[in-house]
Amino acid sequence: MQRSASAFKQQAELALRDEVLQRALAKAKGGFVDKRRLAVANLPEFETIRTAAKSLKEHTLAHLDFYLEQFEQRVVASGGQVHWAGNAQEACSAVLEILGDQPRQVLKGKSMVSEEISLNAALEAVGHTIVETDLGEYIIQLAKERPSHIIAPAVHKTRDQITDLFHAEHVKYGYTERVTEVKAIVDEARAVLREKFLNADVGITGANFLIAETGSTVIVTNEGNGDLSQILPRVHIVTASIEKVVPTLDDMATLLRLLARSATGQEMTSYNTISTGPRRESDRDGPQEFHVVIVDNGRSEMLGNEFHDMLRCIRCGACMNHCPVYSAIGGHAYGWVYPGPMGSVLTPVMIGLENARDLPTACTLNGRCAEVCPMSIPLPDMLRELRVKEHERKLTGARTRIALQAWAFAARRPMLYQTITRWFTAVLGRFGARNGRFRSLPFASGWTQARDLPAPQGATFQQQWRRHR
Amino acid sequence: MSTAREAIFRRIRQSLGRTDRGAPPPSSWRAALESDVRPRLDREPVDNFVHKLESVSGTVQRIDSSSSLIDALAEHLDRHRLGTRLSAAEYPVLAGIEWPAEWEIHTGPARGDDRVSVTGAFAGVAETGTVVILSSPESPTTLNFLPDDHIVVLRSEQIVAHLEDVWQRLREHTPGLPRTVNLITGPSRTADVEQTIQLGAHGPRRFHVILIEA
Repeated sequence: MQRSASAFKQQAELALRDEVLQRALAKAKGGFVDKRRLAVANLPEFETIRTAAKSLKEHTLAHLDFYLEQFEQRVVASGGQVHWAGNAQEACSAVLEILGDQPRQVLKGKSMVSEEISLNAALEAVGHTIVETDLGEYIIQLAKERPSHIIAPAVHKTRDQITDLFHAEHVKYGYTERVTEVKAIVDEARAVLREKFLNADVGITGANFLIAETGSTVIVTNEGNGDLSQILPRVHIVTASIEKVVPTLDDMATLLRLLARSATGQEMTSYNTISTGPRRESDRDGPQEFHVVIVDNGRSEMLGNEFHDMLRCIRCGACMNHCPVYSAIGGHAYGWVYPGPMGSVLTPVMIGLENARDLPTACTLNGRCAEVCPMSIPLPDMLRELRVKEHERKLTGARTRIALQAWAFAARRPMLYQTITRWFTAVLGRFGARNGRFRSLPFASGWTQARDLPAPQGATFQQQWRRHR
Repeated sequence: MSTAREAIFRRIRQSLGRTDRGAPPPSSWRAALESDVRPRLDREPVDNFVHKLESVSGTVQRIDSSSSLIDALAEHLDRHRLGTRLSAAEYPVLAGIEWPAEWEIHTGPARGDDRVSVTGAFAGVAETGTVVILSSPESPTTLNFLPDDHIVVLRSEQIVAHLEDVWQRLREHTPGLPRTVNLITGPSRTADVEQTIQLGAHGPRRFHVILIEA
């Protein structure tokens, strides 16, 4: 996956000026938030389940080696194969080895881990053909883009853009008319992809859960594309990361009650599918080979460190749906696979803080993400932790560092601090009295470029406090 | 690959502050979760099942005996002008059925151009209006996804309250799971075009349950 997380600021500015993107984001805004709020309100047990979910995931992480071994044993016992991959390269190699030397027609169900390891590029480089089958993923594959949201990958695209894209790409299949209505767009994709489904050699899906008890992989989808991708081809390959394992089917049920509600506001997605091994001897359909590629890619080192809580994430997307920064700029500006608050934590941890230094500060610390997170992940705390690390490793700009040090010097000396703030509020208060705000200020252009600075009222809080006490 | 495996387990154990496998989790851990995570149902299980499934665009036809099954099927096929060419599973509930001579019944996996499938189910879940279907030689999974219309015949005594009850029945039913356990809750849908919900993305456009309340 190409990275441009280091160019966050420029990308965010472009995103803010991109009228088409802003129109798409405006359409999405509120929908997810309202649906989630309603779904949570309709489940009085939500908080109880949330508490239990955190405990069960913490239990699993504390015994992660045990449950992964159990999972592996059960996969093998049911006739499947497990492949372990420490990093992206090993994961791609494992998949390539399964595919063999012949060029294959490969169907993909939605998998964020496959984005993380840049699987499509690795397969295409040696001549395999990949078709993304989730409608959103298919749209962005045609547009040669990457997902801008972990559950709604094409949320940044308007209907007009999709119409143009389909018109350009589907003429070769005989679809010469421009489709503009949602139903017609979906029907055309269905017809084009149906042919691909029926003629593929290999299906690759992700997994929302790995069940240790049974050696099963689980996908959660609404379209049914993941199911067609895994039952029609001869080979089914699952790419999943190590923290997806849960002990039993019961634990999956607990997490399912949170997942769909937090993601789309549904009580249950249309299709939750539990896959165990290849087709049985007398079965008349289903894959003849079943492979699970289990990917670490830095997660084992997060266990027990300051980013440990992130391993509880079930990838619902609620944090980004409720993030004012994400809502304003969309997902691409974040520059890698995972956007929004969870991405601002994961990206620096996975690709290096020095390659994503602006992400921890792309946050107002308003705390909504942590409030809605079904797994109670303290996202703002972790972003603050990353800011501390940036400061310690001198990754922040010289001006910021000097300003912070000067502020810290004054803040620890109350007399000095009060003298300075009294002077500032008095001077700024007098100059700003007429308009009540400043449109520009020397040394503060970073602030005033995008918004006005309200003028102080002429006295500090402490002064007013003493007067009114 | 074994080296990658060893390295991953070594790193995990290192992070967990251990050098070897460590003791398996005590069986008491689940009791420590204490709370009941099964949502209380607002209605009787069967009514709740129907209500939940209908609220996600599934349809339910309640009949009081399997003798009216063919009539119910005919009515549904007629209402949506689906014809009488069916791909049928050989689930027990359908095994002894006497299909009308003029209907064209196909068994086995679904074909790409199949319009309608009829299957049985292992269970229904009241909590969410979910139908549980197991793969088997008699019940190929493709029947649940390729046709435009999926019809499921379910008996009311198969409806359980919660997902956990399904797992319990599964554990009693068979050692190990079948290749595929499908939990289906309504027709296929997508919201990938401007967040507008559209039914019939890749799977069935309609999902219909005929519920036998004997």
